[in-house]
Amino acid sequence: MRRFTKEHEWVDVEGDVATVGITAYAAEQLGDIVYVDLPKVGSAVTQMGPMAVVESVKAASDVYAPLTGEIVAANESLSSAPEKVNETPEGEAWFAKIKLKAVGELDALMDADAYNAFLKTL
Amino acid sequence: MSAAAVKSTPLTALHRNLGARMAPFAGYDMPIQYADGVMKEHLWTRGRCGLFDVSHMGPAFLSLAEGVGTGDAAHHRVAAIVERLVPADIRGLKPGQIRYTMLLNADGGIIDDLMIARPSTDDLQGVLYIVANAGCKEQDFALIEEACAGAARLDRADDRALVALQGPDAADVLVNWVKGVKEMPFMSHKRALVQGEEWLVARCGYTGEDGFEVLIPAGSAPGVVKSMLSHAHVRPIGLGARDSLRLEAGLCLYGHDIDTTTSPVEAGLAWTIQKRRREAGDFPGAARILRELSEGPARQRVGFRLLDRAPAREGARVMAGGAEVGQVTSGGFGPSVNGPIAMGYVSAAVAGAHALVELMVRDQPRAAEIVEMPFVPHRYHRG
Repeated sequence: MRRFTKEHEWVDVEGDVATVGITAYAAEQLGDIVYVDLPKVGSAVTQMGPMAVVESVKAASDVYAPLTGEIVAANESLSSAPEKVNETPEGEAWFAKIKLKAVGELDALMDADAYNAFLKTL
Repeated sequence: MSAAAVKSTPLTALHRNLGARMAPFAGYDMPIQYADGVMKEHLWTRGRCGLFDVSHMGPAFLSLAEGVGTGDAAHHRVAAIVERLVPADIRGLKPGQIRYTMLLNADGGIIDDLMIARPSTDDLQGVLYIVANAGCKEQDFALIEEACAGAARLDRADDRALVALQGPDAADVLVNWVKGVKEMPFMSHKRALVQGEEWLVARCGYTGEDGFEVLIPAGSAPGVVKSMLSHAHVRPIGLGARDSLRLEAGLCLYGHDIDTTTSPVEAGLAWTIQKRRREAGDFPGAARILRELSEGPARQRVGFRLLDRAPAREGARVMAGGAEVGQVTSGGFGPSVNGPIAMGYVSAAVAGAHALVELMVRDQPRAAEIVEMPFVPHRYHRG
């Protein structure tokens, strides 16, 4: 089941590997994305620590790791086609895969209903 | 800033109706972008015609206290007042001509950059039309009033709407309201009577494209703008694209690329100081500015083109040969260039065009070439 953060990342967990991206709401708010600074494979990330950076025409914004672990894959296709993040933010345009250290951290994240309710408060 | 303190322009309600994303800017509730987004808005302006609300800026009229006169004598008297504050040859303005200039402090630093224009008709001499930046206008107006010492009066016109039409189709659009705009040269202005009201039309802008800035009475402005937007080649453009357009055009943003620590010579704006003023050396900070003109400045504003896709933003350090040689003052993605561009200051030694430097983006060096600006050729109507 997909989970969400208050910083507008989404995460799908299969076994002990999480696939992470930014939500459609985040992509819409950022506007035209022109560059994605992806994490290096093998680097360590901590829950809600910085993981990547997205750059729109106007500004750079941090993307946070929803869960603690090690980066095992980065979506290099975003380097040459960052506009994919605007087109399919919650699908093809995932940012990275994290090998989780503590699956239990997932409990701190929101499910789709909770995230949608959270969006209504913004 | 509290919500109550944020001012609106005569067009704020219209922006909301058009679905703009609004944010406070220089104390005004302004459209940052519309549904099209920054990229499309930017490209539309270069290809057709963008309409910008710039009513947050500071248009004003400076008039001789003795009353409006005729001929050069009255113009020279009002010009002498502002020439105490700016290094441009205001006295030498031809009727209808606009000059880009800046208020200087005693050290030759830039207090603000602004436009100053001489009325085109002989019945209105002894008046100057001034447009200052939104974020600086209160201080600018106070400075100008102080320089007047009772000899002239400053009347603010920032309760009206200031609308910019920018892009290759701007003249084709505006001619539906104002006759003769196609014949106006770049950096000229005139009064026009439109539907019984006085407009002020200036052929200038902040995008590098041909275009106009039009001062319109507040009451009729929303109707006029709605009507202009019904033209198939006109779309509303927010402040986001205004910034990327001016960056590509190599134009300075006050408070970023120029401020009280930068001189016009360092900023590459020495062309705004005409011969008569250089010879007289009678403007604030003349000692520093004349020295920099003869010996060259210690640092210089330059353009950067990054060699890969990561944009370098304001504040990024510029490195050459392992040493820090300057800083980025504006940077981002140039939609027409289709890549990241920036401007900033580097020491004179590395300012020669085509030198390779590194811009530090999140502590990573990114290769960049020092290039001539503008990044996109200006397409002004030189007549």
